[in-house]
Amino acid sequence: MEKGRNYTLHIWRQPSAKVKGKFKTYKVENISPGSSFLEMLDILNNELEQKGEDPVHFDHDCREGICGTCSLFINGRPHGPEKEITACQLHMRSFPDGMDITIEPWRASAFPVIKDLVVDRSAFDRIMQAGGYVSIRTGGVPDANAIPIPKENADLAMDAAQCIGCGACVAACKNASAMLFVSAKISQLSLLPQGDVERSKRAKAMIKQMDDEGFGACTNTGACEAECPKGISLSNIARMNREFMRSAVVD
Amino acid sequence: MSWVSQTFTSTIGRKLLVAATGLFLISFLIIHLIGNLQLFKGDDGLAFNAYAVFMTSNPLIKTVSYLLYFSILAHAVIAIYLWFVNRKARGSERYKVSNANENSSWISRSMALLGILVFAFIFMHLKDFWYYYKFGGLEFEIDANGNRDLYALVAEQFKSTFSLVAYLVGLVALALHLVHGFQSAFQTFGLNPQKTAKQVTAWFSIILVLGFATMPVYFYFFA
Repeated sequence: MEKGRNYTLHIWRQPSAKVKGKFKTYKVENISPGSSFLEMLDILNNELEQKGEDPVHFDHDCREGICGTCSLFINGRPHGPEKEITACQLHMRSFPDGMDITIEPWRASAFPVIKDLVVDRSAFDRIMQAGGYVSIRTGGVPDANAIPIPKENADLAMDAAQCIGCGACVAACKNASAMLFVSAKISQLSLLPQGDVERSKRAKAMIKQMDDEGFGACTNTGACEAECPKGISLSNIARMNREFMRSAVVD
Repeated sequence: MSWVSQTFTSTIGRKLLVAATGLFLISFLIIHLIGNLQLFKGDDGLAFNAYAVFMTSNPLIKTVSYLLYFSILAHAVIAIYLWFVNRKARGSERYKVSNANENSSWISRSMALLGILVFAFIFMHLKDFWYYYKFGGLEFEIDANGNRDLYALVAEQFKSTFSLVAYLVGLVALALHLVHGFQSAFQTFGLNPQKTAKQVTAWFSIILVLGFATMPVYFYFFA
């Protein structure tokens, strides 16, 4: 069994949305390199509760990288230092013994802090409500091969549909732009025949909602793609830009 | 919503305007470089001075030049406006630790700073040559063809060490701005440039700016 590791944690503590937050320093000791990042926080919270202190609030749910709930900005990067994983899939073996670890919430005016490291991501839900669906009556279950779909489009739509809506793209972007998220959602629908019908209406409505929520504009830095836990490609943003231009001409 | 208001009021529409004006400005830079290469003709500037007369009197070129002034201002104003929008989107509380070099290049994150340097450079450059040529305030010599000798002014201007350094700094900022901006404009128009296209646009930008840099360097050291 590997020796336990010790860390100094600098964690953003904020009692509520209205109260100003600040960083607080904690020590954790004898952490197994095999424990996950969230388990390390569980151990810290256990100690805090035993001391009668308020535990550190953070978002988590499935803990297997598919729900998009966890959202930690760890040492200057969303979901920490490893590529294409969420914070819950991150393990303490990625952090050398004795390291200082700074943990912050996603920073965006469209994602206000609720408490500590928990932010309100309902702006994403409102963008989906604006047009991220197919509203045709589909009837009974059709045969799987009744609607021919080119393999290439099926693959691209599937790649885009991998987006779990965690918001790492917004957190990474210097402009807090949500374009990788919105473009993935627009792409997964407009690439398929069922979504094609409403594509102009959808692109306009979702882009308008994105702007109204106060997300920034894209400057093509590529930070979102580099930090996305699901490897969503910048080609989706290019497709969204095409959809936007198309929606100006084709209604 | 009509496509016109959609273009002017949405973030993507405004990006498209920045990209379109940017590409137009790059097309100007190509013409500007080719025209100015006549400085090296070795005829004491006769061809260059004749070219300067043509560029300031031809009605078609005069029309395009107004479009050019407008594009420079539109590009800068919309981009700076978006910079403020983007800053506001981050919120009042900013990250304490940011490791942005792991996910993006410094150049791509510094387009506003580089753009402001380029704008200051354009201002200085217009004041040095264009302003005197268009509005007077300076006695020009007359060359063998009877044209005002802009070549002599260029040669004299670049004898100054301050001008040499200022122009080279401005050109470096321009090169970095274009390395990101040129390919970025294609991405905004939905073309999604890949590795090769990004390398081609980057090298094109560097070679273009090196072409301009030869002029102050030549006059300072060799003329």
